[in-house]
Amino acid sequence: MDLFFIIIISVISLGAIFAIVRFIKGPTASDRVMALDTLSVMLIAVLVILGFLMKRYIYIDVSLVYAVLGFIGVITIARYLEGGI
Amino acid sequence: MTNIEIILTIVSLVLLIIAGFFAVQKKDLIHAVIATSVISLVLSLMFYLLQAPDVALTEAAIGIALSTIIFIITVRNTKRFEDK
Amino acid sequence: MQILNYIGYFLISIGTIFLFLGGLGILRMPDFYTRLQAGTKASTLGAMSTILGIGFLQPEWFVKTFIIVVFIAIANPLSSHALARGSHKAKQMPFLKDEKIGDAYKEEEEKLHKNQKKEDK
Repeated sequence: MDLFFIIIISVISLGAIFAIVRFIKGPTASDRVMALDTLSVMLIAVLVILGFLMKRYIYIDVSLVYAVLGFIGVITIARYLEGGI
Repeated sequence: MTNIEIILTIVSLVLLIIAGFFAVQKKDLIHAVIATSVISLVLSLMFYLLQAPDVALTEAAIGIALSTIIFIITVRNTKRFEDK
Repeated sequence: MQILNYIGYFLISIGTIFLFLGGLGILRMPDFYTRLQAGTKASTLGAMSTILGIGFLQPEWFVKTFIIVVFIAIANPLSSHALARGSHKAKQMPFLKDEKIGDAYKEEEEKLHKNQKKEDK
């Protein structure tokens, strides 16, 4: 079971490294915002897995806050790029 | 620390250094704002790994929503590109 | 109780594969709109499946994990839609082999605008 979660966390970290490479390379601002969005969704999954491994029920609240508030920054930057804000 | 925490600490430290360098280096200020948001995201994971979920909660709420909105309004009211 | 553990491990494996594929799609796709498609759709399914898997492994936590899944299903397509609309308004062009292909969204918008003017008269 421990080996299973080590493999899971390693594969998700590899995906996060791919996203950060796109964050460095990305030619426009939209690519970078999209990389930020994907990183935040990956972080929600990792936080829930860590809360399960540490056996603390209260640790799930952090990922709940991310799921509720995580899209506000992306929408603000998208409105700025559109010229509306 | 278990193995999983060591893996996550190494990955998040690398991401933190890359995003911090990027935020200082760029001339387009929107890119710097996005890099600041990435720094706050990874810093929240660091606080979580150090077993301080209340600080991580505050960092999540302030860093990803409030400070991004304030920086974007500031860039809107001044200008987008830094002087060479 | 053993069957719930098997369902949980299966869902976590599926979710991890989709999160990895989302990161790979962001790196490999040629232009912005295909990258947006790969990144947000795959990572939404991956996160939802992983969190539901944790809920099956620990049945006392199922209600809170289900609330997180509902919020992800609302918020993530919303942000990706706003991002695509904003970058289309900011004149970001898709990668086209044939330059003659028109912009269907813009034509529909102009048609809508014309109809609205006609109704105003």
